This record gives sequence, C-alpha cells and structure tokens, in this order.
Amino acid sequence: MAGVVFFSSASGNTARFVARLGLPALRIPIRPAEPMPAIEAPFVLICPTYSDGQGRGAVPKQVIRFLNDPRRRDLLQGVIGAGNRNFGATFALSARVIADKCTVPVLWRFELAGTDTDIQKVRAGLQHFRGMECLTV
Amino acid sequence: MQAVARAINWNRLDDEKDLEVWNRLTVNFWLPEKVPLSNDVQSWATLRPAERELTIRVFTGLTLLDTVQNTVGAPSLMPDAITPHEEAVLSNIAFMEAVHARSYSSIFSTLCLTREVDEAFRWAEENPHLQAKARLILDEYKAGADPLKRKIASVFLESFLFYSGFYLPMYWSSRAKLTNTADLIRLIIRDEAVHGYYVGYKFQRGLERVDEARRAELKDFAFSLMFELYDIEQKYTAELYDGIGLTEDVKAFLHYNANKALQNLGYEALFPPQVCEVNPAILAALSPDSENHDFFSGSGSSYVIGKAVATEDEDWDF
Repeated sequence: MAGVVFFSSASGNTARFVARLGLPALRIPIRPAEPMPAIEAPFVLICPTYSDGQGRGAVPKQVIRFLNDPRRRDLLQGVIGAGNRNFGATFALSARVIADKCTVPVLWRFELAGTDTDIQKVRAGLQHFRGMECLTV
Repeated sequence: MQAVARAINWNRLDDEKDLEVWNRLTVNFWLPEKVPLSNDVQSWATLRPAERELTIRVFTGLTLLDTVQNTVGAPSLMPDAITPHEEAVLSNIAFMEAVHARSYSSIFSTLCLTREVDEAFRWAEENPHLQAKARLILDEYKAGADPLKRKIASVFLESFLFYSGFYLPMYWSSRAKLTNTADLIRLIIRDEAVHGYYVGYKFQRGLERVDEARRAELKDFAFSLMFELYDIEQKYTAELYDGIGLTEDVKAFLHYNANKALQNLGYEALFPPQVCEVNPAILAALSPDSENHDFFSGSGSSYVIGKAVATEDEDWDF
C-alpha cells in the first residue's frame, strides 16, 4: 500500500491539493531545521516545480534532501508533479527529474492547486495503484 | 518627526519567497531583440487582411494592459509592501511590464504597416470593452484604495485579463504561423505566471493578518470583480473572434485561466471542469510536451519512466 508524501512551499498550492485529496499524507517540512517525516512504507511523492527558464532548480531543495536517503528512495513508487503550463516545456519538470533519478513513473501532473478533475483522477488512481501494489507484493 | 531612510539588506530576509521570486525573475530576464521576429515576415503575408487586423488589435489590447501594469499597477503595490524586498521585486515586475509593452511595438515594426498600427491604437482608445476592463482595474489601483483589493485586481489583470489576447498567438502557432512571435509571447506568458503567483502569495499573507469578517468581505469582492471582468471579457472576445469563428474556443481558455487566477489568490475554482476544456492544440502551443501523464488510466499517453541512472549518494544533488 502506497501512502502520500508531499512538499509545499509557503504559497500552499500543493498543500491545498493534498487537503482536498482527503488521504493521509506526510509533509516534507519547508525549513531545513525541522525533522523529515519517518517513512516506513511505500509512498507516492507529490512535488511542485521551481525551475528557471532553462529548467535549473526544478526540484525543491528540501525534496532533494528528503530523497538523499537511499532507504526513502527505495520506498518511492511514483511521483505526481505540480506546476503551471505557463512555464512551457518546464511545466511540472520536477516530477520528470525525480522520475529519471529514481526510475519510477510520473503518475500525473496538475497545475497550481489542481482542478476537481485532477482530484478525482489522483484519488481513483492511487486506490488503483495500491491495488496493483497488492498483487505484486 | 522624519522617518529614517533605510538600506535594503538582502542577507536579512523576512520572507524567503521574496528572494526566491527575485532570483526567478532576474534569471528569466529577456528583451525582444533576442527573438528573431523578422523570420515571421513571410508567415505574416499568408494571413488574410481580417486576420491581420485581428492580430494587431489583440496585440494593441495587450499593450494597453501591460502599460497600465507598468505605469500604475505594479508601482501602486509598492507602498503596501510589507518587506523592503517585496518593493524590489515589484520594481522588477514594473520594469518587465514595460519590456512586454515594448515587445508588441517590436512585433508591429517588424511585420506591420504604420497606418495599420495607428488605426489599432485608435481602436483601443475607443473600444468600450477594453476601456471598461482597464477602468475597473484602475479604480482599484487608485491612491487610498484598499491594499488587499488592489492585489486582487493586480492578480486578475496578470492571470486572467491577458488571456483573451494570448489565445491568438497560441492559435497561430498551433497552425505553424507566426511561430517566432509566439516564442516571444511565451516569454511574456511565463513572466505573467510569476507575477500572478507572487502578488497572489502576498495577498494570502495579508489575509492571515485580518479577521474572519474581513476575509469574507474580500472573498465576496474577488468573486464579484471576477464576474464583472468576465462579463466584459465575453463581449470583448465575441467582438474580436466571432469573425473567425473562434469565440467558444477562446471562452474555454478564459474559464480555465479565471480559475487559475482565483487559485493564485488561494480561492477555489469558479468555472466547472466541463467549460474549461481548452483545445488541446492551444495547450500544446502553451507548453510543448504538455500531453497528460495519465499513468493511472493507462490510456497510452506518454508517461515517463526514468532511464535507469546509477546514482551515488554523493551525486544526488540534482
């Protein structure tokens, strides 16, 4: 069974998305001084994007720190990216960067705090994704 | 008593978002000279006269909004700034709006006849819908107006009002026309996203300092201003796009962007998903490689599973 771990900056878009999702979720803290959540089980990561026009700096530093631990990385099942299509080719780029690094799929991408359609898709998808997990474990 | 003059210290931040956005905006700095607009001369010649007139008018309307934001909007937000760094970011925003306004004149001087452009500037001054939306926003920018309502107006200009205009270059680009012009417009679209995000973020910080009744008042104000602006945008859109039969397509794009503008303020969507289904060709023009990564339904979309990259913990600094 895959849980949800997310990062959201002070603007709170991703946090609002996760709140509407209504699933138990652990938050990666904004401040480096705060402790990382304890991860014991497989999880899906929801991550916003902060890249410049060239795609640099897409993955938030705190998410990099979080994934720097190989035990956490091993439990990562997939990634959901957030961003804004206004940023063109770098839309939700952080999800692609993490997917490449960790060899997991990009499950979904949404803009800002997501639409009702995004919420439905991700909620249903995560249930199904959990189901698939059960078959393979 | 005189106020003490203070120097800005970027090594002492009250709000880290200020530095994050400053860095983003300065790294993204650009000028229209960087885009080879003259490569669109041949493409421009393939447009029919009515299409050319429409394009010039749309760009003139955008110039007007950028001018408002450059000379009035962004500067009017400065006295309300909570941190000195916020003022510095706003000065960058104000200047980039001037670059945007200047860019449309670069497009005009490259592609159009002076007579055509002069006619469009006259049209902009006389067009009731364009004037009405500018007036609604300018009313909120007035000295002595409510600082949080001013931010709402600013976000609606940056994240909603531009999009009846931005639609057209994305449409031409999706048909392989005026593709260099579209490249320039994408740079503007990128900047406006950061501007709307930042001012919306500062609005939400401001909301944290006021009581429940005031929050309810501001939310009512935001939604009724959105309704008023939308009503004008509908008419503006119909007047411009009825001739080439694109009005309904543009309206879906308006609904989609209105919802994003509200999200920048921390509010929920106004328009339901079924009226926000933007033409996929327009979405693709906006963000190439914007196909949905629908891994969940396995609908054959191009979800990305990473190429296996062997990593050491030490090089895990992407």
